Amino acid sequence: MIVLEDVQKRFPDGTVAVGGLSLTAPDGRITVLVGPSGCGKTTSLRMINRMIEPTGGSITVNGQDVAAMNPNELRRGMGYVIQHAGLFPHRSVIDNVATVPVLLGTKKSVARRQAMELLERVGLEPALAQRYPNQLSGGQQQRVGVARALAADPPVMLMDEPFSAVDPVVREQLQDEFLRLQSELGKTIVFVTHDIDEAIKLGDQVAVLRVGGTLAQVASPADLLADPVDDFVADFLGKDRGYRGLGFQATPQLPLREEVTVPIGSSKEQALRLAAGQRWILALDDQRRPLGWVEPEHLRDEVVPTMLHRGGTVASTEGSLRNALDAALSSPSRRGVIVDAAGRFVGTVVAAEVLSAVEVARADS
Amino acid sequence: MTWFTGHVDEVFGLARTHLVLSMVPLLFGLLIALPLGWMARRVPRLYGPLIAGSGLLYTIPSLALFILMPLVLGTQILDPINVIVAMTIYTIALMVRTVADGLAAVPDHVTQAATSMGIGRWRRFFTVELPLAVPVIAAGLRVAAVSNVSIVSVAAIIGVAQLGSLFTDGFNRAFVDPIVVGVIACLVLAVAVDAAILLVVRLLTPWQRGGAAA
Repeated sequence: MIVLEDVQKRFPDGTVAVGGLSLTAPDGRITVLVGPSGCGKTTSLRMINRMIEPTGGSITVNGQDVAAMNPNELRRGMGYVIQHAGLFPHRSVIDNVATVPVLLGTKKSVARRQAMELLERVGLEPALAQRYPNQLSGGQQQRVGVARALAADPPVMLMDEPFSAVDPVVREQLQDEFLRLQSELGKTIVFVTHDIDEAIKLGDQVAVLRVGGTLAQVASPADLLADPVDDFVADFLGKDRGYRGLGFQATPQLPLREEVTVPIGSSKEQALRLAAGQRWILALDDQRRPLGWVEPEHLRDEVVPTMLHRGGTVASTEGSLRNALDAALSSPSRRGVIVDAAGRFVGTVVAAEVLSAVEVARADS
Repeated sequence: MTWFTGHVDEVFGLARTHLVLSMVPLLFGLLIALPLGWMARRVPRLYGPLIAGSGLLYTIPSLALFILMPLVLGTQILDPINVIVAMTIYTIALMVRTVADGLAAVPDHVTQAATSMGIGRWRRFFTVELPLAVPVIAAGLRVAAVSNVSIVSVAAIIGVAQLGSLFTDGFNRAFVDPIVVGVIACLVLAVAVDAAILLVVRLLTPWQRGGAAA
């Protein structure tokens, strides 16, 4: 557990970067610091591993005051990931990852073997281990950065906009894998970002900071969306808060409809017969996984992938109400496709039904 | 060229001295410039004075410096130490800025990452900053090396024998052969030294090349 108590940072020129921040980052959880530029989020993060020394207040990690610890030893016990990964350009990927274990006295051969396992864990090919960082893509470098931070298995991870410098598609992959990794590792993480969507996606709790480094609100993402404490937080959260809040509500039992389905590869005649006048029917693969909606009228000969409508999202019974509502709204037939945990089609739902489920969930809470 | 074939041993002897008189100072100069450049980089207030001051050294005429050395060091006028020290001063003059620039070229996020991993200041300097500054420092070192090979020949005038002696010799006797041989020998030496530094740099910086790493 990391506890910041009335932490302040005033720079020699008089600017106050952090003006009395009190915050607790619980064990095994992701605490996100988010706020506009100048809110002191990075400064706050760096005060935890003493890359910046606070001018007031105290910071403890598991009850130990960091100010009393040797800075280098403190840092070796905390993984740190930064925006551009900060890999050592002159060391191979594997030696980058092995850095801290070697510093801590692990034999180089042992550290390298562990580094290989870590690379695999963050989704990198073993073949990349011997490369130099500049031979890697931005996304790959960032994965190496995460692997390097995890190398000595520190209980605490500090992450400073680790996914900001990669393109949106890669960022989303990295975020998803980060969440998967965290569910296995259960580190105590403090994560800094300026991106509120990232904060809401990744945080177990989100601390919104104001310019000048004071805490505006700290809450779980769902509570934050449901009940921002003031205009600043509300504005910072942005629009569509109600809709985004549905992302944190599990899908209850929905009244699923039967749907006319057609196996991919069927003939036009077959499809027309199955549709029996319906405009849209759902094409499934041989595992009964939905592939897309199809209009039998417009088929040339067979139900082929190119003839499928791809716009509809698919929601899982395990997913959120937001997924279910979006599936209904995005479907060309207005009927949202619902699958089970294994991705097999179980039925469809219309928007009105999802909305009444939302109302029921609200009334219950 | 009959002159050369008759004096091969002598020319090689002079070339060897020439090499020692230009390369030993290169090494010393580099070793002294490293902490100076580091300091210039680390203490912003010292950057200006250190860079300007060391750069100024280069403007001292070499002949004057060679003659001044015995007075400063209390050595004999013919002592090669004079030349070594003077050439070291020239190397420092060229290298302080290069070292400071080379260290400045190390990306900020890399040094910060090093700090964040608990790599202490000294270890960071030797294992991260210095290796990454090698390409820039080496570029400056190549200039200094060639400059040394060229300047050291002036020492012939104060009687320290090396390839420059071929110039004074030829000039005194109004005999062009030794001068031509001396020029060519200096050139060959300069190219060889340059190539040697380049080779060492390539060995030190495998990460600068594309392709799979060793």
